[in-house]
Amino acid sequence: MKILYFAWVRQKIGKSEETLPLPGRVSTLGELALHLRTLGPGYADAFANLARLRAAANQMHAGFDAQIADGDEIAFFPPVTGG
Amino acid sequence: MKARIVIQHEPFDLGREVGDLSREGVGAIATFTGHVRAEEGLETLILEHYPGMTEREIARHAEEAARRWTLLGVTVIHRVGELKPGEPIVLVAVAAAHRGDAFAACEFLMDQVKNQATFWKQQRRGGETVWLDPKPADDKRAERWK
Repeated sequence: MKILYFAWVRQKIGKSEETLPLPGRVSTLGELALHLRTLGPGYADAFANLARLRAAANQMHAGFDAQIADGDEIAFFPPVTGG
Repeated sequence: MKARIVIQHEPFDLGREVGDLSREGVGAIATFTGHVRAEEGLETLILEHYPGMTEREIARHAEEAARRWTLLGVTVIHRVGELKPGEPIVLVAVAAAHRGDAFAACEFLMDQVKNQATFWKQQRRGGETVWLDPKPADDKRAERWK
């Protein structure tokens, strides 16, 4: 799956996107976030508090309970501040 | 109804955009232009977005607006990159037969752009950049439409 990071999530992780296989036993956005948290200090920092994060699946806003599949385009980012 | 949705760094031409929305049957065009608010010490705003999702998200809200009100055209232009205080950031323009629909849909769309469209702002002050947090007031404005 393709995973995109924006704003301070991108800065903390140190990259804007990556492609990972869907890890075993991960079936929701929240489980993916908890898995990513274990990948290194930058990830741990970015995913330390999920309440500060938002997510999208296939370019639609999605809750952390949303089901995901390999091949999805996933994104993690802070609450939006446009306008 | 057609919606023109553009994300760009370049400035936009308000007069040209309004002119492009004007055609037979249009009796009202409501526009909102958002600018970088000049604040003590603010050097620039730096905006990034999620290419692809941003346009789709705004298009979804334009479709929702067209279901709620009788509209003849929608234009949303949002700038990204580094912008100076006073510069325009965003344009929402809505064409309709009557002003009630144009005013309401323009306000609705701007609230959704603020609250749902995937943009993120940094402020540059004294050479340092800081990510902005959303304002609770913007959530409240968007919730009025639910």
